[in-house]
Amino acid sequence: MSTAAFKFGPGDFEQVATERRTQTLSRPSVSYWQDAWRRLKDNRRALISLWIVIALALFTLAGPLLWRVDPAAQDLDQVSQPPGLPQVAVIVEPYVPWAGIMATPVPGTAETLAAATPEGLRLVEPATTQAVRLAWDPVPGASGYRLYRNIFDPEPDGAVGLPVAEILDPGQVSFEDRLDLEPARYWYSVFARDEFGAEAGDYATVTVDATRVVSAAEAETLGWIGAAAAVALGDEIVLPYHPLGTDYLGRDMLSRLMYGARVSLFIGVVAPLLFVVVGIVYGSAAGFIGGRVDQLLMRFADFVVALPFLLFMILFKIAFGIGPGESGIFPMLVALVLLAWPATARLVRGQVLQIREEGYIGASQLLGAKTTYLVLRHMIPNTMGVILVTLTFAVPTVIFTEAFLSFIGMGVAPPTPSWGSMSNEGLRTMLTHPHELIFPAIFISVTVLAFNLLGDGLRDALDVRMRGRE
Amino acid sequence: MFRYTVKRLIQGVITVWFIATATFIAMHSVPGDPLSGERLANEEIRANLEARYGLDRPLFEQYLIYMGNMARGDFGISFTQQNRRVNDIIREHFPVSATLGILAVVFAALGGILWGALTALFRNRLPDIVIMFLVILGISVPSFVVAALSQLGLTSLNALLGVSILPVAGWGTLLHMVVPSMVLGLGTMAFLTRLMRSSMLEIVNADFVRTARSKGLPPTRIFLKHQLRNAILPVITVLGPAIAAITTGGFVVELVFAIPGLGRYFVQAVQQLDYTVIMGTTVFYGAFLVFMVILVDLVYGLIDPRVRLE
Repeated sequence: MSTAAFKFGPGDFEQVATERRTQTLSRPSVSYWQDAWRRLKDNRRALISLWIVIALALFTLAGPLLWRVDPAAQDLDQVSQPPGLPQVAVIVEPYVPWAGIMATPVPGTAETLAAATPEGLRLVEPATTQAVRLAWDPVPGASGYRLYRNIFDPEPDGAVGLPVAEILDPGQVSFEDRLDLEPARYWYSVFARDEFGAEAGDYATVTVDATRVVSAAEAETLGWIGAAAAVALGDEIVLPYHPLGTDYLGRDMLSRLMYGARVSLFIGVVAPLLFVVVGIVYGSAAGFIGGRVDQLLMRFADFVVALPFLLFMILFKIAFGIGPGESGIFPMLVALVLLAWPATARLVRGQVLQIREEGYIGASQLLGAKTTYLVLRHMIPNTMGVILVTLTFAVPTVIFTEAFLSFIGMGVAPPTPSWGSMSNEGLRTMLTHPHELIFPAIFISVTVLAFNLLGDGLRDALDVRMRGRE
Repeated sequence: MFRYTVKRLIQGVITVWFIATATFIAMHSVPGDPLSGERLANEEIRANLEARYGLDRPLFEQYLIYMGNMARGDFGISFTQQNRRVNDIIREHFPVSATLGILAVVFAALGGILWGALTALFRNRLPDIVIMFLVILGISVPSFVVAALSQLGLTSLNALLGVSILPVAGWGTLLHMVVPSMVLGLGTMAFLTRLMRSSMLEIVNADFVRTARSKGLPPTRIFLKHQLRNAILPVITVLGPAIAAITTGGFVVELVFAIPGLGRYFVQAVQQLDYTVIMGTTVFYGAFLVFMVILVDLVYGLIDPRVRLE
């Protein structure tokens, strides 16, 4: 059969449709970041942590705008004030000296004195922070009296506290205490003295609740009220309010926590950003150049890793020194960057080495892509997930380091508050005023916890290989 | 194995040299020096002291002398306590830190392995959830807070019971060591628990475990011989860095519990700019840590025959 005998006509050919989908995507295409965000949204712990981090950022940035209290201002009338409601003071007359109460000494023998207890110990007038005025009945045979003051109940151990007065005149049966009175409960104890000055017999105790009072002139000097003339005797005025209490110098805790957050979070966010950037540049250079340069660069990184981190943080901190009036944040940043970059560098180098061998890089090169394009378009976006996870985990580590250094007195210089230095100061008054330690400690812990959980969530969402691992 | 050991040791020595050099450079760039104190107004005294410590020589010569002395194991004389040698200070205070550190590591390792194994066995059930919550807490609360709060708690407990069950601070008897070493080991224990959990989870249903089960081995034997032994390996790898973390973390615990260890001494020396003590303790700590990591790696090779040390 010859070909000439058979003729093809147009009817023999049917044009195939130029666009016929053999495969279709039934769902909308989801990019890597959209997918990561979706996974993160499903992770309840990570999402809560994200909200906590946002709340902390607001606390630091917007907090001082709403709560305009100077963190360095010392309110010496409210030192180590526990958190609570605003304190009030009653306006009274200015202080008038008190003559005291005199009584005729009652004679007695050594035996009766040895068995005696001062009777009738009482407050002469309501106790205030201006003065506590006490009186008692003369003890037969006493040649004087000794008074003690305590902030605890002397019972059952007979712990009467600190001696506040030594009365040598047996006729004087009163005492006025004006020493450093706070609006608190005091226990005053009185002993009778024998002729040798020793305490004789038992003591009597009176419990006193001192109320805070202030004279109009004083209140004006302290800035609590505008003008002395505006208030009348007996008026209650509200003192500067410290919702979370004050520290051992009477500085407002809430305001200090806000400014301290500024230091802790600033270092916690900026230092990881800096050393991650250094690590990316160093690691991608090593991975890309390869060969002997890579060997040399990575060997150096190994040495830096071997340096004991905290010891060298301290060493660098003193090497850079802190000038007068400086906060010491900058030297800490530099020291952190100098010591912490190798971990990221190693990670990025590993990633670069791995991605370099991927098929899409070869394809891109085949299409004529230049090195810069490869790095910017393929390498960095593909390592971004891992880098972001490192960054998130670096934040709590750095916050820990800052707190640790400030705690041992090697961190931020004193007038600048930081959570670490606040904890250090709080430690000294831990037994009597635990709130000064507990508040900064809670803030550090919650921040670190939030960043750790967020890091876990991000790792699960971004890093395919690490998914599902703890 | 022998070649590997020698190679690691040489690397270790170079690392220690690097640490010593970095310390030297850092210390000599500190503004001010320990001799510019208030009582040394006399120029002659100052010159004599500088000569004694070799501070009058060129920096490079100082460096050579310093490295030479260090190679012979001599760290020099303290600046602030001029009758004490740094070697004596280390010899006196390091055993205290080491005891505390060893106890903490033992506590952390045993606790971490135990809790980690438990959480893996009870995966997603109540013990797992409770322990993992505590672990996250242990990782997130700084050691100084734990130290301070445990001290506070202990004080209240002693006061409540009327007798002192455990001393609140100080050093000396075994009882003094209990709370500080637990506080020191807590963070590492939390970290090891997480690690142990994930490594155990990979092994809980491994083929050899299933085989052992189908052979009819008793569960305790499977747990101890097959699961625990295999799951423990990653924990041993990180023990080197964990020891490092615990040793340096000891500063705070020593500070809070008033323990006369080397860490507290180091912090003091830093505050007084005591050059020789700072350099001596840093190099000593650095060398200790470097060789600890090497030791752990070598031990790892012995324990796990699958690991080829090259």
